[in-house]
Amino acid sequence: MPDPIIRAEHLSRSFGAIKAVDDLTLEVPAGVVFGFLGPNGAGKTTTIHLLLGLIQPTEGQAWVMGFDIRKRAEEIRTHSGALLEFAGLYERMSAEDNLDLYGRIYKMPTAARRTRTRELLEPLDLWERRKDRVGTWSRGMKQKLAVARALFHRPPLVFLDEPTAGFDPVAAAAVRKDLASLVAHEGVTVFLNTHNLTEAEQLCAQVGVIRAGKLLAMGSPDALRMRDKSPRVKITGRGFDERMVALLRQRPEVARVDHLPDRLEIELLDEKSRNGPLVSLIVQNGGEVEEISREGTSFEELFLTLMREEKP
Amino acid sequence: MNDFWTIVWKETKDSTFSGRRSELIVPLVVVAIMGIVIPWQIGHLWLALSPAMITIVCYIPFHLTTSYICDAVAGERERHTLETLLASRVSDRAILWGKITVSVAYAWGLALIGLLLGLVVSNRLSGQGHWEFYHPIGIFLETLVLTLLGSLLSANAGVLISLRAATLRQAQQTMAVGTLILLIAIVLILKSVPSGEIERLTESQLILFFIGGFTLTNLILMGILSASFQRSRLI
Repeated sequence: MPDPIIRAEHLSRSFGAIKAVDDLTLEVPAGVVFGFLGPNGAGKTTTIHLLLGLIQPTEGQAWVMGFDIRKRAEEIRTHSGALLEFAGLYERMSAEDNLDLYGRIYKMPTAARRTRTRELLEPLDLWERRKDRVGTWSRGMKQKLAVARALFHRPPLVFLDEPTAGFDPVAAAAVRKDLASLVAHEGVTVFLNTHNLTEAEQLCAQVGVIRAGKLLAMGSPDALRMRDKSPRVKITGRGFDERMVALLRQRPEVARVDHLPDRLEIELLDEKSRNGPLVSLIVQNGGEVEEISREGTSFEELFLTLMREEKP
Repeated sequence: MNDFWTIVWKETKDSTFSGRRSELIVPLVVVAIMGIVIPWQIGHLWLALSPAMITIVCYIPFHLTTSYICDAVAGERERHTLETLLASRVSDRAILWGKITVSVAYAWGLALIGLLLGLVVSNRLSGQGHWEFYHPIGIFLETLVLTLLGSLLSANAGVLISLRAATLRQAQQTMAVGTLILLIAIVLILKSVPSGEIERLTESQLILFFIGGFTLTNLILMGILSASFQRSRLI
């Protein structure tokens, strides 16, 4: 499988005057869960449609698994699975038949289809209800079945478009958990569209942040958190003086120290720096520590900053 | 070809043939009307293939196809299952012709069952002691062809309308209006021909005239559909 598994260069798609995707350049490495993060209407779904070759770009180019999206879209769809905005299940058909249909589409032999149905439905606790009409199922069950359908023919790449959108927190967590274990078990690359920050943080090794069709940032969630703001340690207590502050400033991991009446606020250079040596230094120099709290940039904070600051 | 049969399998599973009793109501009512109610009412004349009977035999499958195909295309789009199907490797053509084939086969098959049942009922009611078939046999065969082409016309037009309709309801309403326009057009065409000309035509020639018209219209519609039934337009 080529690495990067997805490569887009200056990809754009307009619908009349609206640029749904605007000059998108990105690379998705093989074997990771890549989160495509953005608010509603950011261009995430259009990007999936473009990468699947369902619509043509107005400008730019992209390759998925080495196949050109303009010329070899059928091969992309043959070697990938997709769960689009809606589950897209046939509600009058049983769960088993829904999976069987996609097995037939991907030319899997009958025995392989049967084995695969069990293999996927058992861990999702859906096996016992495989003969039920899907229309009688809960939304969470349907979504789990739709994920199973996307993985049914063992594609090396799966596109998932907001798989937990509109779910209550418990159902979303359940789907997320099943999704994570299925993906880990199957070893596929996942292109995950989401506006759920927890989902992106929990599932994704790489994240791209998009707004109004433009890619604003890309990298691992940790790297993105570090991109904007350094971690800060707040130490509350007594006996803090200027000599102690000067000693703290000399430490290599410290970027800045603010001395406030009841506390010290220390900005660190690196997320990995430990609090222990700083506390020891304070105590050894006569300080009394009552409380320590550490603040990094939360993913939510980062996302909101990106949404506010970088107007396209 | 494999894709085509997969879509045929899917269409049968997702419709009347899914095995649920509620799905059997429509086909049973249709067969009962064509095979029992009408032959019961008009008796042995049902076998004589009058113009009125031919119209009934053609119209019922035409109407059935209309509702089936709108659900298969506009309905699937409304239920967002078509989008998922389009994101798979299955070809546009397999989807199109699979849906058309099942809708036509469903409606025409029901018409054949209705005719068969009507044959039995008419003969049982006539009490003539011997069995009679639909006659003249030539007209019967032409009627079967016309019924098939009528269903195909309905399916082709239904797909075209469904492609442009935002919802299933809109597609069905447009089809209903379209059917009305088609019927009025047929009446106007027949009226525009000098009365002597029509009278000179035999019943068989008149059916052949419609077979020709339906064939030509179907070919045109199928050409348009082949060009317009594309993923990028369906998403």
